[in-house]
Amino acid sequence: MCETGDAADSRDPAPVDEEARFSELLEDSAEDLYEHAPCGYLSTLLDGRIAKANTTLLDWLGYRRGDLVGRMAFSDLLTVGGRLYHETHFAPLLRMQGEISGIALELKAADGSHLPVMVTSTVKTGSDGQPLLIRTTLFDARDRRAYETELLRARQEADQERDRLKLLNTTLQKTLLPPTLANVPGLDVAAHYHIASVDEVGGDFYDLFPLAAGTWGLFLGDVCGKGAAAAAVTSLARYTLRAAAVYDPDPAAVLANLNTVLNHEYQGTDPRFCTVVFGLLTPDPDRGGFRITLASGGHPPALLMRADGTADYLPTPGGQLIGALPDAHIATTTVHLAPGDTLLLHTDGLTEAHTTAAGGEDRYGDEAFLDFGHDLAPTTASDTIGAVRDLLRTFGTGVDDDTAVLAIHVPRSLSEEQQ
Amino acid sequence: MARMDVRSRNHVRVTGRAGAPVVMLAHGFGCDQNMWRLVVPALERHFTVVLFDHVGSGNSQLSSWSQDRYGSLDGYVADVLEVVGELALGPVMFVGHSVSAMMGVLAAAREPEAFAGLVLLAPSPCFIDDPATGYRGGFSAADIDELLESLDANYLGWSGAMAPVIMGNPDRPELGEELTNSFCRTDPEIARVFARVTFLSDNRADLAAVRVPTLVAQCSSDAIAPPEVGAFVHARIPGSRLVTLNATGHCPQLAAPEETAAAIAAFAGAAR
Repeated sequence: MCETGDAADSRDPAPVDEEARFSELLEDSAEDLYEHAPCGYLSTLLDGRIAKANTTLLDWLGYRRGDLVGRMAFSDLLTVGGRLYHETHFAPLLRMQGEISGIALELKAADGSHLPVMVTSTVKTGSDGQPLLIRTTLFDARDRRAYETELLRARQEADQERDRLKLLNTTLQKTLLPPTLANVPGLDVAAHYHIASVDEVGGDFYDLFPLAAGTWGLFLGDVCGKGAAAAAVTSLARYTLRAAAVYDPDPAAVLANLNTVLNHEYQGTDPRFCTVVFGLLTPDPDRGGFRITLASGGHPPALLMRADGTADYLPTPGGQLIGALPDAHIATTTVHLAPGDTLLLHTDGLTEAHTTAAGGEDRYGDEAFLDFGHDLAPTTASDTIGAVRDLLRTFGTGVDDDTAVLAIHVPRSLSEEQQ
Repeated sequence: MARMDVRSRNHVRVTGRAGAPVVMLAHGFGCDQNMWRLVVPALERHFTVVLFDHVGSGNSQLSSWSQDRYGSLDGYVADVLEVVGELALGPVMFVGHSVSAMMGVLAAAREPEAFAGLVLLAPSPCFIDDPATGYRGGFSAADIDELLESLDANYLGWSGAMAPVIMGNPDRPELGEELTNSFCRTDPEIARVFARVTFLSDNRADLAAVRVPTLVAQCSSDAIAPPEVGAFVHARIPGSRLVTLNATGHCPQLAAPEETAAAIAAFAGAAR
């Protein structure tokens, strides 16, 4: 017992001393904690007049207690912008919610300098629930404000860069499309290009242009990939097609020449290819309307909507991607466009569009597009393009690839229309 | 615009006594129709009360907002007239707080027959001093620039945290109860434009065109619309009455709801 007692005696005094020292430290703690807290404390009456402020806040602002208490309102301590904000947001919210937290404001010190603070206020109510006064804590937010300003600047810079990129992409996209389509006597023509994302240049293209002796060339295609590299291929494909058509307007020959050019240009590890349909339009004086020969290299078939209200794809089976193989097989078909007929060329951005939300599994598909043609026929070029634009709009963000459409229509003569 | 669209666009609510004179309450810059909740119970006993949110505020349809329409007071004025027309309740006593007071002035000048009268609560036709004419609006142009900057700062630190919630929910589900500061939730971009419209507008020349009975109700001490501004409005609107409320601050409908409701009710009742 004695031994253990001795042992206990020799150990006990130390904790007692520590407690006493700690308690000494805590003496007058409530008052000291308030006055020298690491944040500003402010008590105000409901009309905003300052009733009490702690030493920390007075030191920050360089005021004496008598300068503030009973003389100034909380909003008098704020910068003008802060005061307006206080009146239009802070005070109403505090009234309605009984508290408000984390508001960035700036205090005006006695020497005119500004101190950024984060402000939190609560309304103290009496036992009957009536508001009595407002308690506010203020934290020094100089570091935070500097950081926020830097963030804001970086965000503005990023926004500007983004706008610039969008402008560049949109401009580049425009240069890859004809500014206006050629006017073909006896033909009604319309086209539309849907940009899926302004963040990247798409690879779809089309054109319609005069060739020798009353014939016309037209094409619509889709370069594999997106961005600057795809845009370079698009540009090459466009001027190659235009030049090749002058050299030999036979549609299969035009695509064969494009195939050769792409094969020469992009060899080895960086193959570049596209799908494209090229058409040669010739007026048909005997039957009226036009004759069109279409050559396709792996491109979705054209949709023919006839004057009699029927609609069909014009298949060109076996046509291979242009630029992928040294000797791509190119399929052709020839059809007569009678007055009232409309031919629609499209890229697969349309038929591959998600019909539900973006990223969904359901795609619009070739069958639905054929039904669309059935519903539309007989139609005109501009009505067709209008209907496609409406259709794309219903997909919204479901269209995740660029889409190009080109429609040509042989108008009926006035006498035919009257019948 | 289709029939239901105006009501949902502005989140219009009609309460109070059916068939009674109509009091329409228009909130100012900052919050939404909740600003009126302390005065509505008193007004409901005697009036049909119409509440609405300006487009871009509260539960209005954010998708209806455009810089083009709401880049000046005119878009808001057109909305007020459309709401009045859509409800077809007869002439309304329009109570406009702060910036909405000037919307009332412009709307009443355009279609006086739609208004039984105007109550302009803490109005200011121009916040910026005009040394050339000696007009004192209470703020310098630099002051207002500072406000616009402080809005930027606040939206980063405060509203920035809740704006994504709002902007990510275009259908605006009722997150209100849980969301702190929900009464003043605003798309930051819209709030910035609204702040410009509010604090850069100058409607001093429009006051003289008001021909409907008008009450100017100002607070006894208001950091935003000082007493001389209320006196200016009173002097420029022919035949208007001026009352100075005991309420302090810029929002008497929150600071002194009984007094504010009584002033509105007395004027609206007398104007029947």
